[in-house]
Amino acid sequence: MNGVAGRAGSEDKWNSSMASEEGKGNLALVQHIVLVLSGKGGVGKSTITTELALALRHAGKKVGILDVDLCGPSIPHMLNVRSKHVHQCDAGWVPVYANPEQTIAVMSIGFLLENPDDAVVWRGPKKTALIKQFVSDVAWGKLDYLIVDTPPGTSDEHLAVVESLRGHGVEGAVLVTTPQAVSTGDVRREITFCKKTGLRILGIVENMSGFACPHCSECTNIFSKGGGEELAKQTGVPFLGCVPLDPQLSSSLEEGGDFIQAFPLSATFSAINEIVQKVMSGAAVRQ
Amino acid sequence: MADIPSDAPEHCPGTASAQAGKGSACQGCPNQTACALGTPRAPDPAVEEIKQKMSAVKHKVLVLSGKGGVGKSTFSAHLAHGLAGDESKEIALLDVDICGPSIPRIMGLEGEQVHQSGSGWSPVYVEDNLAVMSIGFLLSSPDDAVIWRGPKKNGMIKQFLRDVDWGEVDYLIVDTPPGTSDEHLSVVQYLSGTHIDGAVLLTTPQEVSLQDVRKEIAFCRKVNLPIIGVVENMSGFVCPKCKNNSQIFPPTTGGAEKMCKELNIPLLGKVPLDPRIGKSCDEGKSFLSEVPDSAATAAYRSIIHSIKEYCASHNLQTEMIE
Repeated sequence: MNGVAGRAGSEDKWNSSMASEEGKGNLALVQHIVLVLSGKGGVGKSTITTELALALRHAGKKVGILDVDLCGPSIPHMLNVRSKHVHQCDAGWVPVYANPEQTIAVMSIGFLLENPDDAVVWRGPKKTALIKQFVSDVAWGKLDYLIVDTPPGTSDEHLAVVESLRGHGVEGAVLVTTPQAVSTGDVRREITFCKKTGLRILGIVENMSGFACPHCSECTNIFSKGGGEELAKQTGVPFLGCVPLDPQLSSSLEEGGDFIQAFPLSATFSAINEIVQKVMSGAAVRQ
Repeated sequence: MADIPSDAPEHCPGTASAQAGKGSACQGCPNQTACALGTPRAPDPAVEEIKQKMSAVKHKVLVLSGKGGVGKSTFSAHLAHGLAGDESKEIALLDVDICGPSIPRIMGLEGEQVHQSGSGWSPVYVEDNLAVMSIGFLLSSPDDAVIWRGPKKNGMIKQFLRDVDWGEVDYLIVDTPPGTSDEHLSVVQYLSGTHIDGAVLLTTPQEVSLQDVRKEIAFCRKVNLPIIGVVENMSGFVCPKCKNNSQIFPPTTGGAEKMCKELNIPLLGKVPLDPRIGKSCDEGKSFLSEVPDSAATAAYRSIIHSIKEYCASHNLQTEMIE
């Protein structure tokens, strides 16, 4: 972990860079900011973030992903940029680009670790300091969308993101859940978090919703079914759609491939596409 | 910098440094005030109180994973149920996931409240020999969000360890949130005066999960927490109609098996995906007694057996050393 200290600079430098808050700084040319949240872990926040970004890219948009899951960053792996490093420029940190056209820019703590297996054993205040730096110091340039992927819970990281993005016009949050009651129970709490912090909810995505056996096409609801939709109804939040469990999607993310390009005919693709359309129009309403 | 305690937070400036208690790394450290005052480092008095309390607990097992949603709470609950099958043993299950407590629902205890007694907080009993404590029992509505920063979560965990009236306990199982942060450090630090048998690490077969679990292993090694072994959950799915096996979360890098071999850690077992597990959890029932003849139950039973054996042999070793 000395690697982070070395690259991120001393704490004094952190503070001085945070002081340069003239206007919107590095986020001035970012059109829309969308958060991806869930009270529960492992429901597919990073998956949905990645697929949202890929779909937006295919729609001709320039996208940035900010991964604020500091203890378990998954985005670098899912976009196949694991071994990349962050460089410095005059405006701050240069994000890592996931494609040669430079239409997907990524920032994650994964790029700051010397060894990918290093544990980031940090308490809250230190996490908050790094997130503030991520928000103020990354030279995103011009972006149509900045998607912020978060860890599970309603704690330091979430408060830090919401606080430091205040004034930058966050469009809202996409909440991800799986259908079981154990998961929707945690997402209920996340809805309360959004209400308390004044964050608009763009809608709920129900992930891992049903599994169609590739051998006999029999659909099994491994993690139940309809829980996310039910929760949306109960709480009066828009429902964005269901994404089925799909081994092709998991494999694609494991290999850092582009699912949307590889399987344009699959049911999962059309489900994701529909959600992206809703997020884009939801974000456009605000403008 | 020899004055950095072994259990100090990352980037601790050292207790004798001019920055002691003042750096950003110091915030949230239980010793911050003491360092800032320049008084010699004295451990939090709670550590001693917790040591007293925990002397009535024979075995302490932590359930950890770097990744969320891999089945920590499901496993913790079933480990508790499995161990409680032996009526001569007293089992305690503590949920330190402050922001997303799942244990109340999985144990079928939603809406239960904790009672205060002369000797502390009384846990909620599922069976005569199975006691449960979670922040879920302290919330007034299922919509209540616990929007707390680290230090407040640490205070709650301290209270859970110090103030819950468990009585005499054979096994204390601690279910944790994902990550390697406040909750994990606090549990390990507050229990530092006692003896923790070890940690069970949960993962799913994909690399996206394994990479986080490797971080958790690095954490365990950093804080000198023994690792009992790894459980691979959601390992394959047998279609109930055509009986073909599908890898929903494909082990593209060899799964937990390869990781365990590389890192020289025991693999305790693999639990397959079974829709009835999720259903039992939602209904708050024990999958082990609901579906006693399934492959997943057999896998759970064998893993629970290995953990029992580990604890028993471990106990013997420490007794011999003492």
